[in-house]
Amino acid sequence: VIEQEVQILMVDDDPVDVELTLEVLQTSKLKMNINVVMDGVEAMEYLLRKGKYSASLKPDLILLDLNMPRKDGRETLQEIKTYDNLKDIPVIILTASKGEEDIVDSYSVGASCYITKPVGIAEFKKVVSSIEDFWFTIAKLPANSK
Amino acid sequence: MNIGKQIEVLLVEDDPGDVDLTLEVMNMSKLKVNINVVGDGVECLNYLRNAAGYEDKLKPDMILLDLNMPRKDGRETLHEIKNDPALKMLPVVVLTTSDANEDIVRSYTTGANCYITKPVGLDQFTKIVSSIENFWFTIVKLPPKS
Repeated sequence: VIEQEVQILMVDDDPVDVELTLEVLQTSKLKMNINVVMDGVEAMEYLLRKGKYSASLKPDLILLDLNMPRKDGRETLQEIKTYDNLKDIPVIILTASKGEEDIVDSYSVGASCYITKPVGIAEFKKVVSSIEDFWFTIAKLPANSK
Repeated sequence: MNIGKQIEVLLVEDDPGDVDLTLEVMNMSKLKVNINVVGDGVECLNYLRNAAGYEDKLKPDMILLDLNMPRKDGRETLHEIKNDPALKMLPVVVLTTSDANEDIVRSYTTGANCYITKPVGLDQFTKIVSSIENFWFTIVKLPPKS
């Protein structure tokens, strides 16, 4: 992973959360390429390389918000996990929701982990940086054929 | 955060050296972690399903699963857990010596929440176990107790 550029797909409609996440990930020692889409419809187009996303690369990791317009994260997660060529991508739910039903459903459908967005900026950044540390230096991700 | 509550971990591992080390690191934790150890996949599933001898066992908050074990290996065990509606929301972290991409891809595809290769040195192993603990028990929201 160290030599290769890491591909992250962030699916989030909140511009502040996107900006904070980018700020943290762009200071990473790893080469990261973060692609941002605003809802589940776009996320699926990206992953299935439809329309303007025909040249998109398969992400190494997906950061998925739950509450979004058009197609929400619950539906998107379920859809991702129905594709054989996409289901090995770890999906991290990063959401404001603390609902027990959301937590249980996300794990049941195949989310790798569920993280609630903390309220403060410093705490939010700490969480993003923990995700980066854990998933890119501790966890082993599938070798990406892109 | 799961502060205050006791965290139940099920360690499925047949290597006594790795079991000892994992227990040592987790027992030093500031969090209240209770670790139960079973030696193979048959025992693991009996434990999770409260079969004879395991009637009083609580559902773990997380499973640490080795891949290469006698009787029923981690691959088969993972598959059974993730196809059982009563168990599939349990986070499973694969912790194994195998770094074969085939095992990595297959584990994620089968529903492993995360895949980690056991490092060789003692210090490295300690670091990995404590990273798992920090990430999964302080950053991630685990499924609520049923």
